[in-house]
Amino acid sequence: MRYSALALLRHALTGNRSWTPAWRDPAPKPAYDTIIVGGGGHGLATAHYLAKRHGITDVAVVEKGYLGSGNVGRNTTIIRSNYLLPGNTPFYEHSMKLWEGLEQDINYNAMVSQRGVLNLCHSDSQRDAYARRGNAMRLAGVDAELLDAAQVRAMVPGLNLDSVRFPVKGGLLQRRGGTVRHDAVAWGYARAADSRGVDLLQNTEVTGIRVQSGRVLGVETTRGFIGAKRVGLAVAGNTSRVASMAGLRLPIESHVLQAFVSEAVKPMIDTVITYGAGHLYVSQSDKGGLVFGGDIDGYNSYAQRGNLPVVHDVMECAVQLFPSMSRLRYLRQWGGIMDMSMDGSPIIDRTPVEGLFLNCGWCYGGFKATPASGWCFAHTIATGQPHALNAAFRLDRLASGHVIDEKGAGAQANLH
Amino acid sequence: MRIPCPLCGERDAAEFSTIGSAPPPRPSADAPMEDWHAYLHLRDNPAGLHAELWQHIHGCRQWLRVMRDTRSHAVASAEACRP
Ligand SMILES: Cc1cc2nc3c(=O)[nH]c(=O)nc-3n(C[C@H](O)[C@H](O)[C@H](O)COP(=O)(O)OP(=O)(O)OC[C@H]3O[C@@H](n4cnc5c(N)ncnc54)[C@H](O)[C@@H]3O)c2cc1C
Ligand SMILES: [Zn+2]
Repeated sequence: MRYSALALLRHALTGNRSWTPAWRDPAPKPAYDTIIVGGGGHGLATAHYLAKRHGITDVAVVEKGYLGSGNVGRNTTIIRSNYLLPGNTPFYEHSMKLWEGLEQDINYNAMVSQRGVLNLCHSDSQRDAYARRGNAMRLAGVDAELLDAAQVRAMVPGLNLDSVRFPVKGGLLQRRGGTVRHDAVAWGYARAADSRGVDLLQNTEVTGIRVQSGRVLGVETTRGFIGAKRVGLAVAGNTSRVASMAGLRLPIESHVLQAFVSEAVKPMIDTVITYGAGHLYVSQSDKGGLVFGGDIDGYNSYAQRGNLPVVHDVMECAVQLFPSMSRLRYLRQWGGIMDMSMDGSPIIDRTPVEGLFLNCGWCYGGFKATPASGWCFAHTIATGQPHALNAAFRLDRLASGHVIDEKGAGAQANLH
Repeated sequence: MRIPCPLCGERDAAEFSTIGSAPPPRPSADAPMEDWHAYLHLRDNPAGLHAELWQHIHGCRQWLRVMRDTRSHAVASAEACRP
């Protein structure tokens, strides 16, 4: 069923009784050409692009919970392509371009909102670093503007620029950045993939990967063995556990990141603001709640919940930046488990096991990457070769010294 | 989360800082590159008990080897150590 304004009207006039489910709930077939493990944003996008760009439709997405129960439904919905390093910039800019055409491509309203992302700076050296980053972005064809304090003041009312300790000196603005309704991304890709024949297998946990003579044969699941010529892993925070089923030991640690939503208020922030002196990012949802988050908790975790020191820290940053937020109550708080890589950058590559492909290491920034990640992973699986856009995201780059370390923090996962 | 410091007693996790997994023994200087790569970059990343190093930075400053369950955050033990 195609969604359109006309369909909306027709269904409204008939009492909204004839909408059909957005995707099927099929039983697993004994075997598929390709299995994608993980029904998050990246797995579902991969299935869509496999079917649409490469004509590979004998595909199953195997998800242990319900679609979108992982990080794709837990993130703070920010998209941007303001990266510095050559391995990253073209990839994230490709993702931004795919976001710009996504809703037409998948016939789904994902509420892509290019409201801008403004990174604040608080010292001369930080401004120099942002000038450098902005120049690198513009050289790569990405939009970037360096704002001075007066321009920031005019753009963001309510912002405290005059803190004695951390005055706001300006900011780096990417106007094409913004937010996207995260659940709708999962649902939209799921529906688009399903409509081309992809089987979405929910409540089906992968418990083993069958490998023989160095070649993948399929996956063991809670609903029995399912054969496949090719298997792609896109399981975000659970990558180490799932990859170990095929004997792989990875440069990954699982960490928890928390997010918060305040009670709803009138329009207050119409862009995305990030604090440069502490760690805070905040935007306002269409329902009026302020959506914000900060640093990861900093210790290994699979618990999908965090601890109070980070809550305290995030609230302090928020109130320092927007003093009026001190009167708000926060309504909800949650955590998601992310795979932190050793240089802070992702992996989209083949593995030493023939037919087994890996998509992981997205840290706390993989939502913005969802379209390009699915696009590149589909290309890598379909052709057996990485695309130029993900050529730098190799599994063996740490061993060979070709790290992509935006922060320059070294092999310390909790610092990226 | 609370960590039982053997010197100061059970204290809030906010008083501590962590560098993550307790590292395996350091390879010898002439060990092959693969050993150094594994030492520096690869992790077991278990879902369950995990050996890690914490320092009581806002207390006695002692380094601790902590056994903690990554599924529940429950701390099983904390012993003084040299990192
Ligand atoms: C609080 C928070 C805020 C964030 N904010 C942002 C942001 O503002 N911008 C941004 O770009 N990124 C952000 N991120 C990061 C982003 O959400 C992730 O990098 C991205 O969603 C990961 O890819 P995914 O959507 O495929 O993951 P997921 O949705 O987690 O998908 C992985 C799926 O694999 C499934 N799975 C795991 N093990 C198995 C198994 N054995 N068998 C079958 N299925 C399995 C899981 O159930 C899960 O559904 C944030 C993350 C968090 C936690
Ligand atoms: Zn102590």
